[in-house]
Amino acid sequence: MRYHRPETFEEAVRLAAGAPGVTRFLLGGTDVLVQLRSGMVTPDVMIDLKGIPGISKVMRTEDGGWCIGAAVPGSKLGANADLVADWPGVVEGIELVGSTQIQSRATLTGNLCNASPAADGVPGLVAASATATVVGPHGSRIARVEDIPTGPGSTSLEPGEVISGINLPRRGENGGDAYLRFIPRSEMDIAVVGCAVNLRLDGDAVVEARVVLGAVAPTVLVLPDAAELLVGTALGEGELEKLAAAASAACKPISDKRGTIEFRTEVAGVLAKRAAKIAYSRAKG
Amino acid sequence: MSRIHVTARVNGDKVEFLCDPRETLLDVLRDNLGLTGTKEGCGTGDCGACSVTVDGRLICSCLMLGAEAEGKEIGTVEGIANGEELHPLQVKFIEHAALQCGICTPGILVAAKNLLEHNPAPSETEVRYWLAGNLCRCTGYDKIIRAVLDTAAEIRAAN
Amino acid sequence: MAFDKLNSSDFKYIGTRPDRPDGVDKVTGRANYGADAYAAGMLHGAMVRSPHAHARIIRIDGSRALALAGVKAVVTRADFAEDVEGEYWNVLDNVMAGERALYHGHAVAAVAATSSLIAREAVALVDVEYEVLPHVTDVDEAMQPDAPVIREGQVSTSVPAGLSPNVVGYYEHGHGDLDAGFAEADLIIERHFTVEAAHQGYIEPHACLAQLGPDGRGELWCCTQGQWFDQKFCAALLGIETSALKVTASEIGGGFGGKTTQFIEPVALALSRKTNRPVKVVMNRSEVFKASGPTSSSSMDVKIGMTNDGRISAAQGTYRLQGGAFPGAWAMLTAQCAFAPYQINHVKTTGYDVMCNRPKVAAYRAPGSPIAAFSTESVIDELCNRLRLDPMEVRLKNAAREGTRSSYGPIYPKIGLVDCLEAAKAHPHWTSPLKEGHGRGISCGFWFNFGMETSVNLMLSEDGSIQITVGTPDIGGSRASIALMAAEELGIPYENIRVNIADTASLGFNEMSHGSRVTFACGLATVEAARDATDKLCARAAAKWGISEEAVKWRDGCAIPAGSNAGEFDPLPIEEIAGRMGRTGGPISGHHSVTPDGAGPSFAVHIVDSEVDPETGKTEITRYTVVQDAGRAIHPSYVEGQYQGGAAQGIGWALNEEYIYDEQGRLQNDGFLDYRIPVASDLPMIDTVIVETPNPGHPYGVRGVGETSICPPLAAIANSVSNAAGVRLTHLPMSPPRILKAMKERLG
Repeated sequence: MRYHRPETFEEAVRLAAGAPGVTRFLLGGTDVLVQLRSGMVTPDVMIDLKGIPGISKVMRTEDGGWCIGAAVPGSKLGANADLVADWPGVVEGIELVGSTQIQSRATLTGNLCNASPAADGVPGLVAASATATVVGPHGSRIARVEDIPTGPGSTSLEPGEVISGINLPRRGENGGDAYLRFIPRSEMDIAVVGCAVNLRLDGDAVVEARVVLGAVAPTVLVLPDAAELLVGTALGEGELEKLAAAASAACKPISDKRGTIEFRTEVAGVLAKRAAKIAYSRAKG
Repeated sequence: MSRIHVTARVNGDKVEFLCDPRETLLDVLRDNLGLTGTKEGCGTGDCGACSVTVDGRLICSCLMLGAEAEGKEIGTVEGIANGEELHPLQVKFIEHAALQCGICTPGILVAAKNLLEHNPAPSETEVRYWLAGNLCRCTGYDKIIRAVLDTAAEIRAAN
Repeated sequence: MAFDKLNSSDFKYIGTRPDRPDGVDKVTGRANYGADAYAAGMLHGAMVRSPHAHARIIRIDGSRALALAGVKAVVTRADFAEDVEGEYWNVLDNVMAGERALYHGHAVAAVAATSSLIAREAVALVDVEYEVLPHVTDVDEAMQPDAPVIREGQVSTSVPAGLSPNVVGYYEHGHGDLDAGFAEADLIIERHFTVEAAHQGYIEPHACLAQLGPDGRGELWCCTQGQWFDQKFCAALLGIETSALKVTASEIGGGFGGKTTQFIEPVALALSRKTNRPVKVVMNRSEVFKASGPTSSSSMDVKIGMTNDGRISAAQGTYRLQGGAFPGAWAMLTAQCAFAPYQINHVKTTGYDVMCNRPKVAAYRAPGSPIAAFSTESVIDELCNRLRLDPMEVRLKNAAREGTRSSYGPIYPKIGLVDCLEAAKAHPHWTSPLKEGHGRGISCGFWFNFGMETSVNLMLSEDGSIQITVGTPDIGGSRASIALMAAEELGIPYENIRVNIADTASLGFNEMSHGSRVTFACGLATVEAARDATDKLCARAAAKWGISEEAVKWRDGCAIPAGSNAGEFDPLPIEEIAGRMGRTGGPISGHHSVTPDGAGPSFAVHIVDSEVDPETGKTEITRYTVVQDAGRAIHPSYVEGQYQGGAAQGIGWALNEEYIYDEQGRLQNDGFLDYRIPVASDLPMIDTVIVETPNPGHPYGVRGVGETSICPPLAAIANSVSNAAGVRLTHLPMSPPRILKAMKERLG
């Protein structure tokens, strides 16, 4: 295995495009090194991106949104009070990944590119309509976060392409988001089910909603119909029960060592209700 | 397989080493630098026995390549005591019987010290969540949590 | 045996809480564990393991591995002794497969190379051709007559005819007339229980450094609970004499019974013999889960009859335990422990040891007892609920006491169960109101405790300080308890005593650090070795004073005249005698070798509160109290630590820990990510009450405390969760999917 530490994205892309065999980009390493150690993936080339200036920065954009550099670890996002105020659901997603130790290293971009159906960082991003800036051999492009993972362990990124950062839109007034996941312990587990909800209110009424499930299908599920049930309501018990039923109905889970189909289906509805309530109260301010 | 030359600081001392690009920081600390106080319990970031600090941030040294250590300041359990003077956490861990077999102790001490540097007055819940990535199979955590809380109180009183 | 201090309350050192002697080593990173040893010219070994649950090994070809630069040797079964039998054969066949791989992860070959990276690469280059065979991993399925047979010819003569050859052991215990007993009952409940396999989960993976030369002499450094067993098993498996191998126990990073057998050690020695270089082997975590000792999984049926006033009139249990691909599940112990806490006139238990395609089980803290308590105490709890009886009072009413004939045979000597129940009943936890939606559960637990072979040396230095050499690895603070007992007996400061763990060449044979035996047996031998030494110290004083040896006694670190008739002499302190011992008769040391009986059973009562999320089935343990008889707490902090640790392991097993196999018999959760042991944020503080009902079999009244603490939790938590969830849970672990399913089924 060769280890490279490029100082520009252009160099990183050039290295990746010209590399023989298996290439992996290294950010926090919390997935890549586990795969390397277990023999699951033996890269021929490891390209450490953390030497690229600016890659570990969180910046507010001119339009009031956010740009999160690819190498920003979870703990740094949690420490950014303005970002947490805007997008608490996005931040709590990545902050739920692993331990304090993992938080010092694990990144949203890495969580996205690892393409696990259970990634805690992804549903919140998708609910927030986040995009990724993708740099490749032919320049850079903007892609919707929900279009990046295409299945367990696979992404829509072309060979040589790398994500330089993730872009969150302007939060705007009367908005709130939340992410909840179910795990058997209090910490350190992979999500059995995850659910992110992003709302905007006008007075007491929901005017915009996005509901996203994780770990119940090969990729995150965006539930426009379930979200539509919330629009125009003040999230009464009746609407929440309908939301739960819609979320459960949309699930396409598997049974595995972490949970059964029945359990995931049931709990998806429970989390949708609970996340919607939190998002609503945040939107109310 | 070409080896990589790395210069870093460990517990304040400048170190240089050559490492295979596949070797983790944990491999380097133990096998290359002889610092075996840092333990390997899982190799996958799930147990925290290999906890060290890198530029003041708590990490699992099994999930960082040795090559990534270039220019970094690394802190291990061997650097916690100040010469012959034990760190208050070390004293309290012995006093509270906060270890049985002791294999998780180095990682927990590194993590707890890092916590108190961030938060000198943690609640019990904050200590428990901060240390959730440090598995202990012997103690049930009770005496560990008490030792950390007691140390924090003592350091606050001394200041 | 003098029991002079049995009822003494005027101890000077016993019951105090000094710093452990190895504390600084362990908080500074200086202590050397299994993987911390290095040797010049050392090679790194790695194992080739079966990807199949059951397969015939057609061919093993190491030539591609040997062609890799840096690879020095490949070993297979052919590199071990051929003429081994009995348990030696079982260990050998587990350590290195013979004709067949018997479980997913079974070692089939090993390599040695100049670096661990090369060794790992070489493992992938060893070509093994398998013929996959039908497999079985479930205990009930393995008992069926048409189940795939793990191995013929293992069945013990006691096993009834007509069962699968996988059923290799059969046990019956009990007394009385079941029909008569059940006829007395006002209510009879019978339930089926299932418990999945758990792993000890020690944080330190198995690790060793081995050297075996062409002269047939070797040395082994390893993390172990019993170095003499590594010595005799490794020697037998390598075909060398026992005494030709010296084994040194490293500091041990947890064992819980799992480091009482051999896995990589004989293989490291074989690699060393083949290369004539030191070889280090360290398991990774996946290997620990796949191929080192888990517990049995089990299937159990329990039937208990109770009268309206809460008397258990009859009890019956059937216990089926799989032991992996070898004989040795502990169904006998489960059958013995199941009703041990109670005085029951009509009781019968039956146990079956079963083989299947899983790793060979190793002991795990009171093997067989926690699952026994789970089944018994769940039915008792249900009987109490149905009969509207106070569960604490019912247990008090039926509790075994001195003179009770136990369900497994012996008549109990003085035991502390009633004391524990009274203490639990009086505890503020028991009397506190229960929050809405929470459940409370209690359970008793029992463990035999063991004595076994023990040797201790005690040496006096010229300055009067003491070195004690014991053969029991210090797995959780035993150096401190040994030093405290020696300080008490010698009347010298605790700090003047150093306790060393001997290698196999430096002391007589010792059983392992297991069976809750160390503070009891090693402590007893230490007290006797100290008395041996003080007899000699008194003799030197007698010689100096010119009086008879009987006229001198030992008190507070000094020889003094035994009475006024002995004459008037100033006390002669230990350091004064020590400074002159070379000129007054030679070096002074004490020794004691013993196989003590009278370990004294211990009992515990746990109280647990829990809350169950009705929508997800997730459980939170909100309050936990352990009450347990220690006989005498030598170092109370480490006694409390054993209580808390056992409770925490029990919480893990009760709620989340289990081995999960897929349809091909492959282990699905071979890491701490999905084998979910409790983390700090999962648990509350664990309150402890140390009951002291002195054990007549120990000079200070000590009972073992290490294992009993894991006996009640599975049951106490199951009772608590069942009461919180409103539905009886009979399958452990009570993971959220199982609880949610049970709650939904109850609601129809």
